[in-house]
Amino acid sequence: MLNNITLGQYYPVDSPVHRLDPRIKIILTLCLIVSVFMIHTLLGYALMLLFVMLISRLSHVPVKVMLRGLKPLRFILILTFLLNLFFTSGETLWSVWIIEITREGLRQAVHYSLRLIFLVLSTSLMTLTTSPIALSDGMELLLSPLKVIHFPAHELAMMMSIALRFIPTLMEETDKIMNAQMARGADFESGNLLNRAKAMIPLLVPLFVSAFRRAGDLAMAMEARCYHGGEHRTRLRVLRIGRNDVIACLIVAALLALIILEGIFVPTLL
Amino acid sequence: MSMTLSHVCHTYSQGSAFEHLALNDINLEIREGEFIALVGHTGCGKSTLVQHLNGLLKPTSGTISLDGEDIHGEKTDRRALRQKVGLVFQYPEYQLFEETVEKDISFGPKNLGLDSREIDRRVRQAMEDVHLDYEKYANRSPFDLSGGQMRRVAIAGILAMEPKVLVLDEPTAGLDPRGRDRILTMVKHLHEDRGTTIIMVSHSMDDIATLATRIIVMSEGKVCLDGTPREVFAQREKMDEIGLGIPEAARLCQALRAKGLDLPDDLFTPEELHGAILRLWKEKGGC
Repeated sequence: MLNNITLGQYYPVDSPVHRLDPRIKIILTLCLIVSVFMIHTLLGYALMLLFVMLISRLSHVPVKVMLRGLKPLRFILILTFLLNLFFTSGETLWSVWIIEITREGLRQAVHYSLRLIFLVLSTSLMTLTTSPIALSDGMELLLSPLKVIHFPAHELAMMMSIALRFIPTLMEETDKIMNAQMARGADFESGNLLNRAKAMIPLLVPLFVSAFRRAGDLAMAMEARCYHGGEHRTRLRVLRIGRNDVIACLIVAALLALIILEGIFVPTLL
Repeated sequence: MSMTLSHVCHTYSQGSAFEHLALNDINLEIREGEFIALVGHTGCGKSTLVQHLNGLLKPTSGTISLDGEDIHGEKTDRRALRQKVGLVFQYPEYQLFEETVEKDISFGPKNLGLDSREIDRRVRQAMEDVHLDYEKYANRSPFDLSGGQMRRVAIAGILAMEPKVLVLDEPTAGLDPRGRDRILTMVKHLHEDRGTTIIMVSHSMDDIATLATRIIVMSEGKVCLDGTPREVFAQREKMDEIGLGIPEAARLCQALRAKGLDLPDDLFTPEELHGAILRLWKEKGGC
């Protein structure tokens, strides 16, 4: 059952977007972030919205699921909007008592909020459609040119994959230990903060002991199979740039071009 | 102290895509002083059932009562329940956390709010029950002990709560033959001399044959056989069908009967079989 726990945001369905090379997806996401910052007019945001909806359709990830990623940000969004709205000086549009809204304030409030929303949405496009393992694979390959300056790209990616792999295991373990200590009358739920912190000791000590033991076992098992770092290692799944990857690049390039053109030709009204 | 389970069902992750019916209409009556062996395949619901007995899991439907009182009733004190029904999980040695053996064993009694003299008495008693010398081990770190010793410390941690019903989930898994024998002897002693009701999950039909007074066989979340070892092992076809098999001695006895030896068909411990073969041999005028 625990194999089915989804880590992070990953939305496990099969689609052309899911099958894209993770390296390409990481690079394209960086391009999207850059393009979000280059948008000057509402027309640009409309373009961006169109793009997000297109990807949502192609990747079979419902828009509702994508918007879920915005939920934790709602307070920051509201704060950004209000601060910009009320504390920007410029040509007054409307004023009551000491509060006044300026044309520039309104413009900035709308822009900054939209910018934040689309930043989150465009990174969500990647995290929703790429499994964490594929993501760390992609990171490793993208960072591997830095090996020349002795940057441990493979080791970092391996650490990331191992950490991810152990999250469900440790969660299951926590559950077990908690039950076992509850069977001995431990109480994790009541009492003041200090007592509750103390109550965590019987949970944390066995959890750490078992995590270290598992780490030791894993290291042993890896060495038994002659693992010694990234040098000369081949891969089970060799990543190849396919036709779909090229198409994805072209779509994002087109979007980027349109946004640049929009910046040059459309007057910034609002 | 008797427990009654009536129409107990348990569904994991109800309402989600991972919904799984682990227990399906379990009806059991557990009487005082019984030694029950709970057998069945991995994933048949044994561990789920076991966790219901001390209220760690709540049945999705149905009731569990201890001496006629619903254990999930509003008045029931959960802690008192967990004191009465002691549960030893699988690989209990992974739950040790204290600096010394003594401190770890006294964790349970401390949670019960006992005074220090009573705690000390119970720790000594529990260590004696699991055959660990108090003078030698009380002040050692549990993490320095061998696997079998650690397991005995963990079991002592439950025994120190002086439960009336002791539930053990595969207490001998992963131990060497000597460690296994030690645990089984200890459980037997608790049952016979202390009158503790024992419920033990096990995969070893041979251990069960010699120890249990009653066997409950579970399959796919249901109780499919329930009776004395004699009754259960007589149902060889059914046991084979579930894929559990019967003790070695019973198998040997049946093989000998097939060869034409006049042995009774309900022998399942090595001692019984040994006696019967000797008798047969003497009757035939052996030397």
